[in-house]
Amino acid sequence: MNTSNSQLTVAEEGISAPPSPLAELWRDFRRNRGALIGLTLVGLFIFMALFANWIAPYSPIEQYRDSILAPPAWVEGGKAQFLLGTDPVGRDMLSRLIFGTRLSLLIGIISIGLSMSIGIVLGLTAAFSGGKTDTGIMRLMDVLMALPSLLLAVAVIAVLGPGLMNAMYAIAIVQLPAFVRLTRASAIAERSRDYVTASRIAGAGVLRLMFIVVLPNCLAPLIVQGTLGFSTAILDAAALGFLGLGAQPPTPEWGSMLASALEFIQSAWWVVSLPGIAILLAVLAFNLMGDGLRDALDPKLKR
Amino acid sequence: MISFFLRRLGVLIPTFLGITLLVFALIHMIPGDPVEAMSGERGMDSARHAQLMTEFGLNRPLPVQYVDYVFKAAKGDLGRSIVTQESVMREFLDRFPATFELSLCAITFALTIGIPAGIIAAFKRNSVVDYGVMGVSLAGYSMPIFWWALLLILFFSVQLGWTPVSGRIAVEYDPEVVTGLMLIDSLLSGEPGAFRSAASHLILPTIALGTIPLATLARMTRSAMLEVLGEDYVRAARARGLSPLRVLTRHALRNALIPVLTVIGLQVGTLLAGAILTETIFSWPGIGKWMVEAIHRRDYPVVQGGILLSATIVIAVNLIVDMLYGVVNPRIRHQR
Repeated sequence: MNTSNSQLTVAEEGISAPPSPLAELWRDFRRNRGALIGLTLVGLFIFMALFANWIAPYSPIEQYRDSILAPPAWVEGGKAQFLLGTDPVGRDMLSRLIFGTRLSLLIGIISIGLSMSIGIVLGLTAAFSGGKTDTGIMRLMDVLMALPSLLLAVAVIAVLGPGLMNAMYAIAIVQLPAFVRLTRASAIAERSRDYVTASRIAGAGVLRLMFIVVLPNCLAPLIVQGTLGFSTAILDAAALGFLGLGAQPPTPEWGSMLASALEFIQSAWWVVSLPGIAILLAVLAFNLMGDGLRDALDPKLKR
Repeated sequence: MISFFLRRLGVLIPTFLGITLLVFALIHMIPGDPVEAMSGERGMDSARHAQLMTEFGLNRPLPVQYVDYVFKAAKGDLGRSIVTQESVMREFLDRFPATFELSLCAITFALTIGIPAGIIAAFKRNSVVDYGVMGVSLAGYSMPIFWWALLLILFFSVQLGWTPVSGRIAVEYDPEVVTGLMLIDSLLSGEPGAFRSAASHLILPTIALGTIPLATLARMTRSAMLEVLGEDYVRAARARGLSPLRVLTRHALRNALIPVLTVIGLQVGTLLAGAILTETIFSWPGIGKWMVEAIHRRDYPVVQGGILLSATIVIAVNLIVDMLYGVVNPRIRHQR
């Protein structure tokens, strides 16, 4: 009898204090130490990107010809005014890395924003129209999925020509299938629910059903995919920059910074290792955050 | 089984045609026309331009050109490189063994370390070992492999001088091409140091290319294993008093490896994409390096052919994995 009693109290408590969805998300997210580290790092990167003009000691493209390839300040021969040393043409590494943060986040925001919004529209269209439109959209996505990610990006660059903006378009196209498939799958699952039928009976048009009724309930997996896609976007943009197909010099993009310093790999370790560490940390941060969000949002994994 | 195979194949045909369409469109989406793109910055007089347009059949209606392209591609004719005038198919076949050898080594490296690491992490869930494996694989998963490759060179080649920096074999050895796989060819050549040299050239590229698949496989194996370990049949096997090792090998592992198989298939794409970076860094004469160079030289037939052939490989391997999946797991075969 004791058990049924305690169950009752639990149920009552549940009714008396329903946690808001956001509070619940935060509670689950906070338990995950990795996710918190990721969030902190992401916050730090956003801060650096927003206030790069004030934080960075120098301009990222100003060349100090009297101190070319100066090592970091703590190394023998380093100069105190260049904390992380200078690159082969005498630009301050720290300033370039800080401005690189801004560029990497911008690449992520633009390419994922583009990919996600087109993906949502295509996915909802496929889910709601069915038939030939659905098959057509999904076949197109199959085609894009058959091409290895970086290869597809390279193909897009081959058409559009190298450059930062084109690299973002390329990355958006590479990530598109993931968003389309996710949106379609969750929209199809939601479409037959009672609340959707109810608002259809109440006279809601297809567009309203798609974007106002169904979409908000499909957002959880999209947010997770967006966060994880952000890290892939940063990684792919750096890879394209490294191959000389993305951002062009003197833009302080991490991947192209690495590429332009290649010949100094033996003599000046800092010009090669520092941009790589920046890329790794940024990618790691978004992956940790994405994993944490997925665990917190996925009801299957809850307890 | 045969109808299952035919069904899978049937789904692939539209995908494959879609890829040919995409690749065909690629050359027509370039600003200007292909002949202009070939002529480069200098331009070309209009008589020569018109002559070349006719020569390449670019004056015909687009649908006619497309059908022609598909039929030629089906026969293995992918045109000629603008730079070398060599057949694209020939160039691809010359370079493919190098990429194949490297990819095979990389996936072997990933499997032999990734799967055991995933199993151990699942068995020792929430222990130091588990956190260690997961931490390392998360880092591996987030690693920019071009940078990772440079670090490997910096440490093992520059600092320690253990491994060579680039190429497939030292210049003094020139084994006759029999299989195209340097490890085998160097053994067949009978020269004492040749195999050693080939193997030492492979080590760093293998690690660089294998790291992401390794991390992915370790994560996948762990989660598949954790799922299986919670199943009733595993508990039943334990209850019968079987040793943990026997439960693992006879009951858990077989079922856990089914999803892992799919992940292995998906790694082919990762390997081909990674080959673009790895081969560029290690001057590995494979198809990745070939394509990057082609883009820089605006050698469009090569880019076109390379993309088509890479996509074909990805599709073919995933079809094979699907088949194996059907063999291993009869439940899949009988679904619609």
